[in-house]
Amino acid sequence: MAVPVAFFGVFFAYPVVAITARGLKVDGVWRFGRIWDVLAQPDIRHVLWFTTWQALASTALTLLIALPGAYVFARFDFRGRQVLRAVVTVPFVLPTVVVGTAFLALLGRGGLLDELWGVRLDTTVWAILLAHVFFNYAVVVRTVGGLWSQLDPRQEDAARMLGASPFAAWRKVTLPALGPAVAAAALMVFLFTFTSFGVVQILGGPTFSTLEVEIYRQTSEIFDLSTAAVLTIVQFAAVGAILAVHAWTVRRRETALRLVDAATTARRPRGAGQWALLAAVLGSIAVLLVLPLAVLVERSLDAPGFGYYKALTANEGSLFLVPPIEAVGNSLRYALAATAIALLIGSLAAAALTRRDAGRLVRGFDALLMLPLGVSAVTVGFGFLIALDEPPLDLRSTWILVPLAQALVGVPFVVRTMLPVLRAVDGRLREAAAVLGASPWRVWREVDLPMVRRALLVAAGFAFAVSLGEFGATVFIARPDNPTLPVAVARLLGRAGDLNYGQAMALSTILMVVCAVALLVLERLRTDRTGEF
Amino acid sequence: MLELDGATVRFGGRAVLDDVGLDVAEHEIVCVLGPSGSGKSTLLRAVAGLQHLDDGRVFLDGRDLDGVPAHKRGVGLMFQDHQLFPQRDVAGNVAFGLRMHGESKGRQAVRVRELLELVGLPGAHGRAVACLSGGEQQRVALARALAPRPRLLMLDEPLGQLDRSLRERLVVELRELFGELGTTVLAVTHDQGEAFALADRVVVMRDGRIAQSGTPLEVWQRPADEFVARFLGFENVAGATVSGEAADTPWGKLPAPSDAPQGEVTLLVRPAGVRLVPAEEGLRCTVAARTFRGTHVAVQLQPEGAAPRLEAACALREAPETGEEVGVAFDAAEIVVLAGGRAAAWLRP
Repeated sequence: MAVPVAFFGVFFAYPVVAITARGLKVDGVWRFGRIWDVLAQPDIRHVLWFTTWQALASTALTLLIALPGAYVFARFDFRGRQVLRAVVTVPFVLPTVVVGTAFLALLGRGGLLDELWGVRLDTTVWAILLAHVFFNYAVVVRTVGGLWSQLDPRQEDAARMLGASPFAAWRKVTLPALGPAVAAAALMVFLFTFTSFGVVQILGGPTFSTLEVEIYRQTSEIFDLSTAAVLTIVQFAAVGAILAVHAWTVRRRETALRLVDAATTARRPRGAGQWALLAAVLGSIAVLLVLPLAVLVERSLDAPGFGYYKALTANEGSLFLVPPIEAVGNSLRYALAATAIALLIGSLAAAALTRRDAGRLVRGFDALLMLPLGVSAVTVGFGFLIALDEPPLDLRSTWILVPLAQALVGVPFVVRTMLPVLRAVDGRLREAAAVLGASPWRVWREVDLPMVRRALLVAAGFAFAVSLGEFGATVFIARPDNPTLPVAVARLLGRAGDLNYGQAMALSTILMVVCAVALLVLERLRTDRTGEF
Repeated sequence: MLELDGATVRFGGRAVLDDVGLDVAEHEIVCVLGPSGSGKSTLLRAVAGLQHLDDGRVFLDGRDLDGVPAHKRGVGLMFQDHQLFPQRDVAGNVAFGLRMHGESKGRQAVRVRELLELVGLPGAHGRAVACLSGGEQQRVALARALAPRPRLLMLDEPLGQLDRSLRERLVVELRELFGELGTTVLAVTHDQGEAFALADRVVVMRDGRIAQSGTPLEVWQRPADEFVARFLGFENVAGATVSGEAADTPWGKLPAPSDAPQGEVTLLVRPAGVRLVPAEEGLRCTVAARTFRGTHVAVQLQPEGAAPRLEAACALREAPETGEEVGVAFDAAEIVVLAGGRAAAWLRP
C-alpha cells in the first residue's frame, strides 16, 4: 500500500500541485478568486457544456455499438476471433493525432466519403463521436467481454428453465453480473472522451473545444498559465466527482461471481438471428475500425517504392537529431519500462484494495488511482518538467522520466482490469489456503495470482499499449534526440509538405504494426494458459 | 486436546455461537449435528481462526489460540464444497500444505503418493481437479487436509453433496481411516445418519447452543429434549402427566417408564413401541399414510378425536393399508422421558 501511495504522491500529486501553484499564485499570494472569474466567461462555459455532452453522447454511442461486439467476442466461436480481438484493440493505442488525421482522411475535405458521395462530416460533431467510438470500442469489448466470456452460461439456462425468455434471462441474470464491468467500461470511455485532446483538436476545428484542448491552448498558445491552472482544477474536480460516484456504485454491486473457463463458454453461432448479429458486428468493425486504419496504410504507401518508409531511415533536415526510425526502439524501451512499473504499482494497489479489512481510506485510494486518467496529460507532462527539475528530485535528464509519466497513465488500467477479477475470487479458496498454512502474502501469491494471471496479462497489454501511444505528457518530457513514435509523428505532421505527411503516416503504420504484434503475442499467451483456468 | 470455553460469535447482535463449551479428546471423532443455521459451521471457522470470537476462548493442546492467525494454528479444515484450487492438478492441491510448511520437493512427492493411495486415488497426481467426480474431489480434499498432519482435522459437511450410496460407503471408509491414523476429528453435518456412523461422540446444536452431547447410542436412545428428539426424526412426542405407573397423554393412559418423575413431563414413544392390535383393542386409529423404508414400513396413524398423529414401525408383511382401522397398544420399554418439561407448543406440527 505504501509503495503506490508514495509513487502517486511524488510523480502525480506533487507535479500537479506545482503547476497549479504556478498558475494560481501571483507574487507569492494565492488568488482563489481567479476560479470564479474564469468560470464566469461565456466561452469557458460553452467549453464546459460541450465537453460534458459530447462525452455523454460518445459513451452512449460506444456502449450501443460495442456491447453487441463484447457479446459476440465472448460467446461466439468463429474463425479469426483471436486476430480480430487484437485488431479491435489497435485503435485504442494509436496516438490521438494519427486517429484525428485518419478520420480527416476518411470524412473530411477530399476524404474517401467526399470522393465517393460528396459527404463531409468533419464540420459536424459526428466526426468526433465516431472517432471516439473508434478509440473506445476495445475498452468495452475487453472489459465487458473479458468477464462475459468467464460467466457460466448455465446461469442463464437455469433462468430459462424457470420460465424466463432469452432476453429476460440475459437481463435478469447476465446483465447484473456484468454490471460492474459495464460500469467500469462506461466510466473509462467517459473519462477518455471527457478529456479527449488530439481528436477534438484536429476534428473539432474552431467550433468544438473540450477542456483539455482549452488547457493546451491556454498553456502553449496564449501562455495564460493561470487560466489553464483554473481549468485543470475544474477538470480535476469533475473527474474526482465522477470517480467517487463510480466507486460507490461498484461497491454496492460487488458480488462474488462463479467464473468458468472462457474456452468452454464460446460456441458456434446458431440460427439466422445469431449469424445476423455476428455479421452486423463484423460489419460495424469493418466500417468503424478497419476502414480508417486502411486509409491510414493506404496514405503511407502513397509514394512509389515505399518512399515514405525509406525516408524514415535517412537523417535529413533539422527536424530530428536522429533518423525517425530510431523512435521505434525508444518507444519500445520506454513502453517496456513503463509496463513493468505500472504492473508493479498496479498489482500492489489492487491487492491492497481487495483485502477484506480494507478501510475507508484504502477504498478511497481506489478512486484516487483513476485520477491520472482524468487529469490533463498536458498538465502532468508540464508538471513533470517544472516539478522534477531540481534537487532532491532532478530527473529531467534521466531516461526514466518518460516511462514514469507513461506508467502513471498505465496504473489505472492495471488496477481496473485486475480489481473485478480479484474481487470475484471466492474468499473461501483463500481461507482454504490459510488453513493449510499459507501466510497472507503466500495466499495472494498462491491463490489470487494464478487466478488473475489472465487479467494481469491483459493489464500488461493495456499498459504497454497505452505507454506506446501516450502523447500529451511525453511530448513535454521526451528529449529531442530520443523521441517516441507519437512524438515523432506529431512533429512530422506539424510540418508542411507531402513527404513529412507521408512519413507521419508511415511511422503511424509502424506504430500500429508494433502494437498489433504485441497484442497478438498477448493473445497467444492467453490461449496457452487457458488450460490452467 | 481441543477445548472451547464460552465461545460466542455475534452477527449484528444475533448470537450465532452462544457460550459454547466443548472438549475434544485426543484421537476422538466428534460430530456436531444440527439443522442449518444452528451455528455449526461458525464453530469450525472459529476454531480454524477464520472467524473472530466475540467472547470466550479456544485452546489447542492447552495453548490459547487467541490472536493466532489461521495459517499458524496447525489445524486442518475440509470445506463444504471442497474448495480445491482450480488452477492446480491433484498433486498440486495435495502438496499445497506441505509446500507452505517448507517441506522439500522429495518429501512432498513421497507424502503425496502416500496420501493418494490412502484415499484410494493412486496415480491421480496429474489430473485436473475440474475433471474429478464429486467423490474424487472429496477424496482429494481429504488428502489435502491430511497432508500437513494437522493436530486436529475439521470437516464441514464432508459428504454433503455426494449421492447416498457413495456417502454411506465413504463414511465407513473415513471412520476406518481416522481410526488407523489416530486423527482427532471435529466434523459438522446436518445428516444424523452420517453423524452416527462417523462419530465417537455426537454433539447436537440448536440456535448456537449445545442441546445434547453423548455417544451415538446415548443420543439415539435418550434424546435430551423434544428438539433433539424431533431433529432425530422422532415424531411421537407429547406432553404427559405421570401419576404412579401410568402417564396421562393425548393418546390415553400409557405405561410410564420406571425412571419417570411424577407430574408434568414430555414423553417420546419410539415407533417400535407403537404396536398394532385389532381395532377393537387399544386406541382406535385410522391409517393415514404409509412409507416404505426398506427394512420396515413407517405407518402414520390418526387416532380418533384430536390427538396428534402417531408413527409406528411395522414389518413389511404386517403393515396395514391406508384407510384401514387399527388399534394401538404401547410398549413401556420404548417410552422415554425427555428433559425440558412439557412439549413446547411451537414444535407441534
